[in-house]
Amino acid sequence: MDLIAQLEAEQIASLGKNIPDFKAGDTVRVGYKVTEGSRTRVQNYEGVCISRRNGEGIAGSFTVRKISFGEGVERVFPLYSTNIESIKVVRRGRVRRAKLYYLRSRRGKSARIAEDTTYKPKSAGAKA
Amino acid sequence: MRSGVIAKKVGMTRLFMDDGRQVPVTVLQLDNLQVVAQRTSDKDGYTAVQLGAGSPKAKRVSKAMRGHFAAQKVEPKRKLAEFRVTEDNLIDVGAEISAEHFLEGQKVDVSGTSIGKGFAGAMKRHNFGGLRASHGVSISHRSHGSTGQCQDPGRVFKGKKMAGHMGSVRVTTQNLEVVKTDAGRGLIMIKGAVPGSKGGWVTIKDAVKKKAPEGLPLPAALKAAEAAAAPAEEAPAEGGEA
Repeated sequence: MDLIAQLEAEQIASLGKNIPDFKAGDTVRVGYKVTEGSRTRVQNYEGVCISRRNGEGIAGSFTVRKISFGEGVERVFPLYSTNIESIKVVRRGRVRRAKLYYLRSRRGKSARIAEDTTYKPKSAGAKA
Repeated sequence: MRSGVIAKKVGMTRLFMDDGRQVPVTVLQLDNLQVVAQRTSDKDGYTAVQLGAGSPKAKRVSKAMRGHFAAQKVEPKRKLAEFRVTEDNLIDVGAEISAEHFLEGQKVDVSGTSIGKGFAGAMKRHNFGGLRASHGVSISHRSHGSTGQCQDPGRVFKGKKMAGHMGSVRVTTQNLEVVKTDAGRGLIMIKGAVPGSKGGWVTIKDAVKKKAPEGLPLPAALKAAEAAAAPAEEAPAEGGEA
């Protein structure tokens, strides 16, 4: 393992994040820390994950899209951000793309994603 | 003025801070960094330390250099560099400098040889705008355009920015912040990019345009002294406060 990979692995271990197994098409709820003045609270942001980038590495990120007051909103979260308190998978979706950018041009019924009822969690050994 | 260090560029990564910030960092490694020679005002007319880093194959060291290293009784080094220092900041020959030479949050200047771009056009080399995509422009969309006036002066002025060789020159990036140091592995993490390619050698010095922070190790943070002086170092620090 080269030094950079080693440093990144160490940092991931030290951050101690518990990232659930999710992919594009899944509906996720992200608890994001918001600082208002001196007070910090957790804001939930729920929507469809439309892309995952750079895998499980320290540079990994994911995009969550939701419709807020009739307007499409997308937010990109770094996977290992210290501002993220929790990531929860609300619903597993069945999709045939890795990037669901086609959802941007769709509204309403055609922007739905079928639920994946056959989801099997990855074995603990494979994940580690 | 104290010595700088020679470091090898390992690569870039990012650090997540506790306050939610992400900091892009370049990882630089001190590889067998040792003082190889001293320049003194009596002998050389100026004071400096010559540092060496890396460990080359024996056959890659020329006979002349082998003699130089043997005379100073240090291992042969891959890369040598001199750092001008004031007389009281001279370091003994053979001393090994540790990564704690720089403090976290300190500003430094990093010099290295930039990545070579070969023969580059005026758009890439000097940020020219190029010509238009249409309106009669043919096969010269990325050209530099006019290079001067008319019969008077009748020549192109010297220093005119044109296409040519780009990169592979010594570049110094000033006022970069040291984010983290790791003395155990000899790593220095510096915020942002640093000139040169991965595996390339750079030199790191205290920033010339910033005031040096308090508590910089003088003349340098040394490896051998560290273990012995760790308890001893605390005592004078306390004494200084009182």
